[in-house]
Amino acid sequence: MPETETETVSARAGGARARGRTGCALVTGASRGIGAAVARALARDGWAVGVNYRSGADAAAGVVSAIEDEGGRALAVAGDVVDPATPDRLFATLEAEFEHPVLALVNNAGVSDDDLTPSMSDAAWDAVIDTDLSAAFRMMRRALRPMMRARCGRIVNVASVVGLRANPGQPNYAAAKAGLIALTKNTAVEVARRGVTVNAVAPGLIETDMTAQLDGDLLARVPARRAGTPEEVAACVRFLVSEEAGYVTGSVLSVDGGLAA
Amino acid sequence: MSVTTEQVESRVVETLASFGPDASQITRSATFEELDIDSLDLVELAQVVEEDYGVVLKGEDMKELKTVGDAIDMIVERAG
Repeated sequence: MPETETETVSARAGGARARGRTGCALVTGASRGIGAAVARALARDGWAVGVNYRSGADAAAGVVSAIEDEGGRALAVAGDVVDPATPDRLFATLEAEFEHPVLALVNNAGVSDDDLTPSMSDAAWDAVIDTDLSAAFRMMRRALRPMMRARCGRIVNVASVVGLRANPGQPNYAAAKAGLIALTKNTAVEVARRGVTVNAVAPGLIETDMTAQLDGDLLARVPARRAGTPEEVAACVRFLVSEEAGYVTGSVLSVDGGLAA
Repeated sequence: MSVTTEQVESRVVETLASFGPDASQITRSATFEELDIDSLDLVELAQVVEEDYGVVLKGEDMKELKTVGDAIDMIVERAG
C-alpha cells in the first residue's frame, strides 16, 4: 500500500489533504438546496470550496458567508455548466485562488422540465440532457486531468432515484440521471488505479426548491414516510469525498428513505 | 519553443516509469504492450506532453504509436 494511503485528512487553511495531497473542492449548482448543503459539509472537513452558481449570486454569497463564519474557505464562482468553456474557467479560477488543484468535484447542478414522453418537446429533452448529463461529463473530463496526475481525487455525481426506477412524467430527467449513473460506473473503472474514485448519490424526495411543486402523493410512496433533507444527502457526499471512502468507487448510494429498495 | 530529442526522451521515460515499468526497460524499441502501458497511461502521457511542450496528441494519434521511439519521434516532430 502506498505511503500516502495511510495519511490522514486534516483540515487546514489551504484546502483538505486527500491521500497526502492538498487540493480544493468544486461543487456545481451550490447556491441552494443539496449543492449548498454539500459545499458547507465539505468546508467543515477542511476543503476550500468553490461554490458554483448560474444565476443565484446573492444565494451563493450567502453560502460562502456561512462557510466563512464557520472558519472555512470558499469562493463563489459564476458559470453556466452547460457552456463548454465553463469547466476550464472554473478550474483555473479555483486553482489560482486556492493555489491547489481541484481534487474533489461534486456534479450537483441540475434542472428538470417534466412532461410525458408523447408530448415532450425537443427543447425540454435537450435542456435536461445538456445540464444533467453532458455538462457533468465535461466537468469530469476536466477534473480528471489534475486528479490523475495527483494520483488521488474524488468525483461524486448527484444522480436521482429516477435514474434507478421509473417516474412517469420525467423521461428526460430519468434518462439523464440513468446516464449519469452509467457514466459514473464507467469512469470509475477507467481511473480506479490512479487513486481517483467516482461515485454517485441517488437522492429520492428531498426538500428543495426543485421538488417543492411535486405531487403530495409521492410522499406516501416513500417507505420512510417523509422527505429527506439536503443535509442528509450532503452527509453521504461528504463520506464519499472523505479519505475513508478510498475503496468505494463506481457505487451508487441511494438517499431516499427506501424508495428505490 | 524548440526541444531536443534527448529532452523529450528523458521526459517520456520518466513519465512512463511512473506508470510502473522499470526505467531500464524503457528503450526506444520497447513496445507499449511489452511495458504493459495501456490506453489510460497514454492519455496521461499526452497530458504531460501537452503541458510541457504544447503538443496536442489526440486519441487517434496515440493509437498509431507502438513503441516508445514512435512517441518520442512524434512529439519532437510536432514540437519543432
